[in-house]
Amino acid sequence: MPRSATRTVLVTGTAALALLATACSSSGDGGTANSTSTASTSTSGAPAAFQSAHKGGTLHLVAKSAAGSLDPQVNYTLQYWQLYQGMYDGLLAFKKVGGQASFTVVPDLAESMPKVTNDGKTYTFTLRKGIKFSNGKALTTDDVVASFERVFTVSSPTAGSFYNGIVGADACLKKPAGCTLPKGVVGDAAAGTVTINLTAADPEFPYKLAVPHASIVPKGSTAKDAGTTPLPGTGAYKAASYDPNKALKLVRNPYFKEWSREAQPQGYPDEIDETFGLTVEAEVTAVENGQADWVFDAPPADRLNEIGTKYASQVHVSPLTAMWYLTLNVNQAPFNNLKARQAINWAVDRSAAVRLYGGTNLAQPVCTVLPPGFPGHTDTCDYTKGGGATWKAPDLAKAKALVKASGTAGQEVGIVVQDDEVNKSTGEYLQSLLTQLGYKATLKPLSANIQFTYIQNTKNKVQLALTSWYQDYPAASDFLNVLLSCGSFHAGSDSSINIAGFCDKTVDAQMQDALTTERTDMTAANTKWGAVDQAVMAKSPLVPLFTPKLVDFTSTRVGNYQFSKQFYMIVDQLWVK
Amino acid sequence: MGEVTARPDVRPAARPAGPWRTAMGQLARNRPAMAAAGFFALIVAACLCAPLYANGIAHTDPFRSAVSGTTVVGGRTVPVLTPSTTGLGLGVTPIGPTWDPAHYFLGADNQGRDVMARLLYGGRNSLFIGLISAVLCCLAAAVLGIVAGYAGGWLDAVISRVLDVVWAFPVYLLAICLSVVLLTNGLRLGPLTVRPGSLWVPIAIIAAVYVPYVARPLRGQVIALRNREYILAAIGSGAPVTRVMHREVVPNVLPTVLVFVPLMTALNMLTESALSFLSVGVQAPDASWGTIINDGLGLLYTRPAVTIAPGLLIALTAAALNVLGDGVRDALDPGARLRGGVV
Repeated sequence: MPRSATRTVLVTGTAALALLATACSSSGDGGTANSTSTASTSTSGAPAAFQSAHKGGTLHLVAKSAAGSLDPQVNYTLQYWQLYQGMYDGLLAFKKVGGQASFTVVPDLAESMPKVTNDGKTYTFTLRKGIKFSNGKALTTDDVVASFERVFTVSSPTAGSFYNGIVGADACLKKPAGCTLPKGVVGDAAAGTVTINLTAADPEFPYKLAVPHASIVPKGSTAKDAGTTPLPGTGAYKAASYDPNKALKLVRNPYFKEWSREAQPQGYPDEIDETFGLTVEAEVTAVENGQADWVFDAPPADRLNEIGTKYASQVHVSPLTAMWYLTLNVNQAPFNNLKARQAINWAVDRSAAVRLYGGTNLAQPVCTVLPPGFPGHTDTCDYTKGGGATWKAPDLAKAKALVKASGTAGQEVGIVVQDDEVNKSTGEYLQSLLTQLGYKATLKPLSANIQFTYIQNTKNKVQLALTSWYQDYPAASDFLNVLLSCGSFHAGSDSSINIAGFCDKTVDAQMQDALTTERTDMTAANTKWGAVDQAVMAKSPLVPLFTPKLVDFTSTRVGNYQFSKQFYMIVDQLWVK
Repeated sequence: MGEVTARPDVRPAARPAGPWRTAMGQLARNRPAMAAAGFFALIVAACLCAPLYANGIAHTDPFRSAVSGTTVVGGRTVPVLTPSTTGLGLGVTPIGPTWDPAHYFLGADNQGRDVMARLLYGGRNSLFIGLISAVLCCLAAAVLGIVAGYAGGWLDAVISRVLDVVWAFPVYLLAICLSVVLLTNGLRLGPLTVRPGSLWVPIAIIAAVYVPYVARPLRGQVIALRNREYILAAIGSGAPVTRVMHREVVPNVLPTVLVFVPLMTALNMLTESALSFLSVGVQAPDASWGTIINDGLGLLYTRPAVTIAPGLLIALTAAALNVLGDGVRDALDPGARLRGGVV
């Protein structure tokens, strides 16, 4: 999809609803590099009609390991968010189609898009009638109210960031147990409406209502993380069993009747099972042999050439709105020195990082926080040899001069990476590079299960870490405000997503200004986000490496592959018959 | 009485060869042991020449990533990490063996580093750690075994129980636990300081975990010696303990200790490789044969040589040291063969 078209989706209109309505008219795009995939999305972005000839069968998925709790208001992993698309619904949903149209928010459990009043601070939804949970209970406004309160009682990971603008959220964040939102989320059972009141207008709020943490579950659901016990949902599938050491099995929800094909289409397979415990190598082999239909994990680097050559028709490559980057702890020597941070930005060879990730067909070097094609992104590159709008080459001489000028040469630098092949090899490259720059670099590979929380906690005194960020929803603030604002930095906490500890009052004021502008003028706001991006890069708290592409490897029997830019492959729309 | 004169046809008996010379002679006649020693010497010599190969022939730095580097194959300049050009063009594969000593003789690893140069440098570390830890282990075990066996009583009880406790732990589990702690914090014992990541960390750990395996048989041997007539006679004649130790006990135990050295070197080298493979031994950017196997793990499908080459070297070197160890045992303690082994 051309970069400008993405902007059309996200910048047109003066308010969120207008923005969303406009998005519906943007062109569809399968999002896959491989032309053999069968996208069933029309060019207008509308989902294709259900083809009952392909209904039935069991879809076999494989993953290296389970992704923890099955609670949709707690789990924050792509692995289960993909599956939740067919299991749970919110008031709104991202359109379940392939291509750019998948960024469009549409009514789901709500009859229509909300009525926005009170200067953008009040959203009124009318619930659809006749929808039942997978336990047979009818959906009511009480369930909606209880679900929003539950977001806080279970301390959902995004309770303090996505939903803190709901009236009464402050008190619930301080005291989650027994949270009530009598003025924030108000249900009217007789009218079948739910009104959500915000403390301030938030044009991104519809996006936040369309992610799994805003799923509606029955009133009376456990006030704690449900863990391995599946909660009833309204989607086309329900979890029949879940053992994190073995498998997750989804079966059809007997009470499901399709109400909106673009929000919650009925699925094709009768059952979907995801088996855990194989190595990624074995997963790939299983798909090659037709023993599994899809590999959740990224195929290992040394199998890419094989699957891209011998099994090309089964491979789907899709660009992602994501960023792999290095965080430089601005509160820890040597990177509390601006010149030392800039030196790393000048020295890192983004092409090398791309090679280690799998080559130029799987990643694109970047210079900015906002990925190419993302709202607010501008082609600028402060740290490339010879200057220019895009990255060309590192400038090691300049980097060495900056290290010398910073007086930090000879200091010890620990590099914390995940222990998988790609992360570890990138870490080794960085260790070699830092040694060349004159630092005493050590590499600390940690299990993927703990690395992300470890690097967030300031107590661990992480100086440099390799990590990645994949968008929650298509807005510039989801990168810049989330990753680099003062509000995202919580010293001593495992949930301090501002890993660099960057808190610059001037930049923060710029972000607040952009957020305020979003309420009235998205185009102007995105221009401001672009300026924030450049201001951040001048301070160099992180080193953007590349924006990755996703490789989906499916079995020969799988058809109707569709790639949603929001939640990736639409699992329940795959054909196995 | 007539004068006694030496008969010109009778020569004085030649002085018999000493036990060490006899042993060396016997070892020299042991062809398998000599072949193993030759092979081991060859490996050691090759590894010692690592800088010569890296700097003088391959012109490469085996510890620096060359992800964007190029090399020459058949007169053409090619990237060391070659992007796929077939099918969907996914993946990047390190260059394979070129069999040209000047240009990636055994190919490159995923960092674009010369595998041959890293094998030679890695061999230096593997052999160094194996040999030094074996020597330290045998020395410590000899001291503990001799003291415990000779002194007996409470001292023997204390030393033996401590060795029992160490013995009770599975070797690899204990080594991994110690490695994780020491690689994070380093080691500080009085004036002795070992940096985290230093080669002395695996040396100290491997030497320590195998001490009971050597000390216990030595202690048993000393207990047996302690009750031999000539030692009882020496003690009875009032010889000081140090003299008895120096003149009687140590010379009798020393052959056993020497037999242990090559065998423990092989065992320790294998342990080092296992720890390094698990990332708790030699730390990057240093290399050992174990770390190179780990590097090659992600290239098993495309460049198996990166894993096979160090694996073969470990296997062959360990086999050579074991054959040599058997030869040394046969030479120094012929009775052991009849008894079925040293231990």
